[in-house]
Amino acid sequence: MEGKSPMTTTVNRPAKTLAAIKPKPTFKQRLNVFDVKASPYLYIAPFFILFALVGLFPLVYTFVVSLFDWHLLKGQGDFVGLQNFTEVLQDRFFWNSLFNTVSIFLLSAIPQLAVALFLAAVLDQNLRAKTFWRMSVLLPYIVTPVAVAMIFTNMFGEQYGLINNVLGNFGLDPVMWKNETLPSHIAIATMVNWRWTGYNALILLAAMQAVPRDLYESAALDGAGALRRFFSITLPSIRPTMVFVVITSTIGGLQIFTEPRLFDPATAGGSQRQFQTTVLYLWEMAFQRQNFGKASTIAWLLFLIIVLFGVINYLISRRIATADAAKPTRSTRRARKRAERTTR
Amino acid sequence: MSTIEEAPRATAGVLPAEKKPSGRPAPLRKRFVGSGEKPGFLTYGLLLAFLVSSAYPLWWSAVIGSRSNEALGETWPPLLPGGNFWTNVGEVFDTIPFWLALGNSVLISSIITLSVVGFSTLAGYAFAKLRFKGRNGLMLMVVATMAIPTQLGIIPLFMVMRTLGWTGEIGAVVVPTLVTAFGVFFMRQYLVDVIPDELIESARMDGANMISTFWHVAMPAAKPAMAILGLFTFMTAWTDFLWPLLVLDAGNPTLQTALSQLQSARYVDYSVVLAGAVLATLPLLVLFALAGKQLISGIMQGAVKG
Repeated sequence: MEGKSPMTTTVNRPAKTLAAIKPKPTFKQRLNVFDVKASPYLYIAPFFILFALVGLFPLVYTFVVSLFDWHLLKGQGDFVGLQNFTEVLQDRFFWNSLFNTVSIFLLSAIPQLAVALFLAAVLDQNLRAKTFWRMSVLLPYIVTPVAVAMIFTNMFGEQYGLINNVLGNFGLDPVMWKNETLPSHIAIATMVNWRWTGYNALILLAAMQAVPRDLYESAALDGAGALRRFFSITLPSIRPTMVFVVITSTIGGLQIFTEPRLFDPATAGGSQRQFQTTVLYLWEMAFQRQNFGKASTIAWLLFLIIVLFGVINYLISRRIATADAAKPTRSTRRARKRAERTTR
Repeated sequence: MSTIEEAPRATAGVLPAEKKPSGRPAPLRKRFVGSGEKPGFLTYGLLLAFLVSSAYPLWWSAVIGSRSNEALGETWPPLLPGGNFWTNVGEVFDTIPFWLALGNSVLISSIITLSVVGFSTLAGYAFAKLRFKGRNGLMLMVVATMAIPTQLGIIPLFMVMRTLGWTGEIGAVVVPTLVTAFGVFFMRQYLVDVIPDELIESARMDGANMISTFWHVAMPAAKPAMAILGLFTFMTAWTDFLWPLLVLDAGNPTLQTALSQLQSARYVDYSVVLAGAVLATLPLLVLFALAGKQLISGIMQGAVKG
């Protein structure tokens, strides 16, 4: 019917859709205006509504729960104000868990960043079979933390573990991977490092590949060796990405749960709590001691600590950035000098 | 002297290779492909060492998982698998509801992935390409919430699920992760460059309404990013442990919580535990073989964009 209309094709096209939706043009226009104005809000609404319901509300409500005596089964009790906070802050198990968390975090974050940087630099070359090598470093990432914990818990077994067996072959004493504090932290950090180093190396590799190759060329011609080029060109150029890696691993690392939980399933973080992390303590408080009030207090305190870490990270990275802008490094100064010379 | 030497070098980066003024810099160019000289044995040796350290724990699990508990006692670890794998797998099936757990994990991860990718694309498109009041402020909120550890809200969330009677049900695992701020941010960053504004305008001129513009213009352009976001959302949902542990019981677990039961049994047979770990890793190994390249490019793109 529409195809046979005598109008020209250019006029015909909008008329067709007009007729298809509504016959009244004024109403159609109003509908169109409404469509343009309201659609963006409709598109972002699902995210904001769901996020408010399942993300923000629980977090805020955690604070409310922390102000009450609140039992897992008996439910809400008396309002106690900040009493939970003063008690948790005097609880040596809380501080113990915080110490363990930070210790495990540092033992994983620092070596991981160093090795990932090195690995990224190795990968950032004119390699044969690039994809193969990249996939090989990413392989541990696809093993889930539960499986990683199961595998490494057995490797770090005190009696028949692979590592102690091999140490014994060299005449070394077995290490008490589970019963002693530092060895247990190293074992748990190893699980984290094994899974995440390759992943972070790929992120850093991407940043390294964005560094202009000419910078390396001129530095090499100036006589800078590979090491010097890495520290004077590569590192400064990828600093924002390093900050990104550090921040994401901080947020994740301070909430570590799976690995210490499964390292000794019979206890909540070791017989002497030697590797009980804060989230593990939170879990114990909520579901074994059934004290929701105190568990919420722990959650809220940990939240504040993570935010604090984030702010510190941000400030440090900003200070580095502004310091760079104000005081050019030797390499940029030299580059500028050279540029001036050539334009002259 | 030095001025003469440096002059062609300074222009080398500006001019395309074939337009170089003299023949002299050409060999230089060739020598510096990549960040340095041609990688030698040392490089490949290092990469091989990394490959071994990546793969060995998995291989060792497969070896022990295909033998019996005694294999753990040997002072030098055996290097080759034994013949016990299927016996151990049978033991795994007897101890935990493996297939139910696998099905649950697939279902949960798929629903979460569809939801996160769908809502993120919709919101990301609005933030990237549509003009509306409060856009910048709302986007700032999205970015700010990315750094908030919402996992710490588990106690009220648990109370809500219990009140609704959802504990023990799949829905209790799915609902808290139906949207992520990261997803919205990721899609916004991708779409802002990928879709030209003129394309949307011309679709509007042709009389397409807003939703069909989204459907026919934005969605096709967003597909690569949607695939990457989907892959990572799936991985995150698949590996989640704490939350499913809280709201699901041993009778209706996810793969992760079921696996952890192997480790928590009173008498632990480690070859069975490791057989279970290997078994649970196999589907992901297949996924990795098929989509490993996308995973890598996803990680590397996320780094540049984020």
